[in-house]
Amino acid sequence: MKSKIVLFLTILASFLIQCTVLQIISIGSITPNLMLILCVSMGLMRGRKCGMWTGFFSGLLVDLFYGSLFGFYALIFMYCGFFSGYAFRIYFDNDIKVPVAMTAAADLGYNLAVYGLQFLLRGRLGLGTYLFRIILPEVCYTVFLAFFVYRIYYYINSHFMSVTRKESESIWVLK
Amino acid sequence: MKSLKKKIRFRINLKSKHLLAIMTMFCLSTIVATLASGITSAPLKDAAGMIVVPFENSIDRIADWLVTVSRNFQDKQDLIAENEDLKAQIDTLMTQNNILLQDQTELDRLKQLYNLDQEYLDYPKIAARIISKDPGNWYDNFTINRGSEDGVRVDNNVIAGKGLVGIVTSVGPHWATVRAIIDDSSNVSAMTVGTSDNCVIEGNLELIDEGKLSFTQLYDQDGKVTVGERLVTSNISEKYLEGIFIGYVSEIWQDTNNLTKAGTLVSPVDFRHLKDVFVITVNKQDDSYKPAYSAADDGTEEGTEE
Repeated sequence: MKSKIVLFLTILASFLIQCTVLQIISIGSITPNLMLILCVSMGLMRGRKCGMWTGFFSGLLVDLFYGSLFGFYALIFMYCGFFSGYAFRIYFDNDIKVPVAMTAAADLGYNLAVYGLQFLLRGRLGLGTYLFRIILPEVCYTVFLAFFVYRIYYYINSHFMSVTRKESESIWVLK
Repeated sequence: MKSLKKKIRFRINLKSKHLLAIMTMFCLSTIVATLASGITSAPLKDAAGMIVVPFENSIDRIADWLVTVSRNFQDKQDLIAENEDLKAQIDTLMTQNNILLQDQTELDRLKQLYNLDQEYLDYPKIAARIISKDPGNWYDNFTINRGSEDGVRVDNNVIAGKGLVGIVTSVGPHWATVRAIIDDSSNVSAMTVGTSDNCVIEGNLELIDEGKLSFTQLYDQDGKVTVGERLVTSNISEKYLEGIFIGYVSEIWQDTNNLTKAGTLVSPVDFRHLKDVFVITVNKQDDSYKPAYSAADDGTEEGTEE
């Protein structure tokens, strides 16, 4: 229960920071995607289900305030969290390289999904422009931010939330 | 022991992939519901707004305070205040100048046709502050700190000192979200000041870096519309009040269909550093909104038809 409350507050705080503070430090009107880092981190640290719920609720917040289609961002964030949850049993969560690489992949996927579903379908064909103007800068900035933010999320997870990584769940232990 | 284990497993319930399938179905159905049947998420929005918006307000205030503090360190407070005053003055003068120019070119004809006795300066409007922006990079929506209790309603037009900024898309008690005209999904019906030809102004993400918008469907056979022409919101628009300044034509070319023209325009509003905006609290569909021609007596209206 405590973990759930902490998770909820973390999502809320991330959304607030994303909408206010990160807009101030945006470079060339590109803002990094803090919510996505949160989904990927939670998926990696706590498994598929937790990643999925984190993604769902952070996407829902975005939908409530800025979405034109209710449920669209919830869907995309949910899948990002879910797929990063596959790394839960394979990698240790105290290594910074894995979440950073996964954030890059997830951000690329997220942006391509937004482009494909909301821009391409309206006949905006210039993928090159969007790729080099928006998608790749955002991936770079998000990866840069992930180096710092993942440590914060790691700290929150290890100090304020219940332990999820049990010895028995590791695939290295014979059952 | 075995039964206990079973119980626990039952309580932990679904496998994650089944849960994913269920949630996917849920999301898809909400997308379809909002898209097809127009079910609104307004109550949820209000609830979420109650939690989120106070925080956003206070973050905005803290940011403001920090800015002030850093300025104090620079010991230029007086200069800054003076500068801000002067800038505000420039804004108002620019607005007045725009309107005067607009009037001079069009005064005679418009007065005859529409009995135009109303400027958009006369619309009731309230000042609002941008407190947060769209988290993604694909769209240009923002939240302002005024809501339904301040008189803001959906479809209210939003302007900054020099021109049109956007339109209110949803409203909570103390907040409202605004879609900017540079947003890729925005369409504004506009007309040229000189010739009153109609066109459609679309936000375009590919042109945003150059600070431009694109316009299409301009029917101008005589080639009278040239670079530098002023575009204002049109009289046939359903949602935008008539005559709000949008921008200057910067490029114009013939469409491939050889009938209409398209091009780009430059807005005088600096969308990157937008902080304070004005919301016009009258909608075009309101009873209190009197388009100039209906305010005139019947004789004038008949006169226009002749």
